[in-house]
Amino acid sequence: MKLLDRRLVVFLACALLLLALPVFAQQFGNAWVRIVDIALLYVLLALGLNIVVGYAGLLDLGYIAFYAVGAYLFGLMASPHLWETFPAVHALFPNGLHTPLWVVIPLAAGVAAIAGVLLGAPTLKLRGDYLAIVTLGFGEIIRVFLNNLDAPLNITNGPKGLSQIDPIRIGSLDLGRTLELGFVSLPSVTLYYYLFLALVVASVLLCHRLERSRIGRAWMAIREDEIAAKAMGIDTRNLKLLAFAMGASFGGVAGSMFAAFQKFISPESFALQESVMVVAMVVLGGLGHIPGVILGALLLAALPEVLRYVAGDLQALTGGRLDAAILRQLLVALAMIAIMLARPRGLWPAREHGRRPATPRSGGASS
Amino acid sequence: MSADVVLDVRRVSKRFGGLQALSDVGLRIERGQVYGLIGPNGAGKTTFFNVITGLYAPDAGEFALEGRPYQPSAVHEVAKAGIARTFQNIRLFADMTALENVMVGRHCRTRSGLLGAVLRTRGFRAEEAAIESRARELLDYVGIGRYAEFRARTLSYGDQRRLEIARALATEPKLLALDEPAAGMNATEKGVLRELIDRIRRDGRTILLIEHDVKLVMGLCDRVTVLDYGKPIAEGAPAEVQRNPQVIEAYLGAGQA
Repeated sequence: MKLLDRRLVVFLACALLLLALPVFAQQFGNAWVRIVDIALLYVLLALGLNIVVGYAGLLDLGYIAFYAVGAYLFGLMASPHLWETFPAVHALFPNGLHTPLWVVIPLAAGVAAIAGVLLGAPTLKLRGDYLAIVTLGFGEIIRVFLNNLDAPLNITNGPKGLSQIDPIRIGSLDLGRTLELGFVSLPSVTLYYYLFLALVVASVLLCHRLERSRIGRAWMAIREDEIAAKAMGIDTRNLKLLAFAMGASFGGVAGSMFAAFQKFISPESFALQESVMVVAMVVLGGLGHIPGVILGALLLAALPEVLRYVAGDLQALTGGRLDAAILRQLLVALAMIAIMLARPRGLWPAREHGRRPATPRSGGASS
Repeated sequence: MSADVVLDVRRVSKRFGGLQALSDVGLRIERGQVYGLIGPNGAGKTTFFNVITGLYAPDAGEFALEGRPYQPSAVHEVAKAGIARTFQNIRLFADMTALENVMVGRHCRTRSGLLGAVLRTRGFRAEEAAIESRARELLDYVGIGRYAEFRARTLSYGDQRRLEIARALATEPKLLALDEPAAGMNATEKGVLRELIDRIRRDGRTILLIEHDVKLVMGLCDRVTVLDYGKPIAEGAPAEVQRNPQVIEAYLGAGQA
């Protein structure tokens, strides 16, 4: 009972802290809240990829493709691009294309899940390095498609990207505008923070529940030994596809949020480097362990921003000979190497419970 | 009568390139038997095993489990149909706990899906509780209940073998197929294993045993088939087979008989 009380207190304290964080951070400028917003989107991505890589053990290097699918889905459905390009769409939606939140989230999740199954199906027999290479290729294919699908029919607007994307609207609340609450005013970035936080909390709950279920155990069994998993009656084909679909749906939702948040997307945002970054977050934090994955995502998303300030000083120190951008990348790389050397299983890995005790055993099948 | 035959396999052939690994192998295992499959190294025992459990596709053969024909085309389908196996070189889920390993074994006998897991429905929770209690029972049954929360990789070799058996039993198999369970065990561990197999038989299970250790086979098995170069050369009670000159020749070479 007492333990429960303490957990409740800790939980409430964390909740209050998370709710108050943006109001506090916006005192120093909206840029800081923006950094946190983007970090939360990365948390969503990392949680999704964790299902594929951490649970099912399928190394997917093209994960950002699903982020792109979600982003372009929302971008096309909530920007003037299609409406201006195709008279038919114009005729169908005389007031322009605007899609509300409650349609966007399930649709983005669904379409990305279908993309996940489509890209996952050809890779089912591949493992390890081969799987990584093929998924990497698929990820790039999606980006190249988006880049070139402006002719003969201009669907994605090519490298110019989609702009003037609608902000998210929840009822009459427009997340793109500052909300005045009398005693405090919440700018757009803060409103998005709350939306993203809600999505992250929902995702954590979802992942946690999946992890401790028949499906989650089956995924982990596939990760540990695929043949043994099959011998236990697990249909590895379906379960792998399910993992791809689940992971992709997280990416799709995160992508649609990203599009609404940025109001502009182009294929550039979905380069290979982003995929690598999300994989790094999952591995660095602690493969298959939700708190670790969140920590990894927050750290790797925030680190470059924090280093932006340090790098400026270092640059001044060398009389401007060091390029700040390159220095920043160097520092991120060094930090990652240091972390992997010091904590090879990730920053916050799953508890290593159960080292076998060194008690002498007198054998005996009897219990 | 035929209802009492658990596994009936006839005329199984399997060729790897130029090597005829199995030719016309068949066996009939009756309920409650411990059936031994023995033979020198490379005789095709494990190949036969992999064929009946669906890991290798056979070139020919007829398969029936409890009178119902089955096609060993997919490993997980065979497991669902009711043949559970262990592996010659142990294949546990190394980073999962002993308990979780056995819980995975319940997969094909349970049904809750994504929605149940996410919503934590009443049915889901009841099934989870049942899976866990059955898994704990099985760990106790093979004698490693106290290691339930330990990762499989941290168990001793003998305990890992027993965990594999517990995991296989969790699938409620009609036939339990053990691939060299005594490999790499010392005399004490073999004794314990023998007791365990004997107990599983007494509790009404049917067992197919591939084994090198002749003493273990002779002590445990009700019937034995001897394979040599992919062909069955003898079949019968252990004592009969032991006296069969062809068998002696296969094991010791010509001129010894």
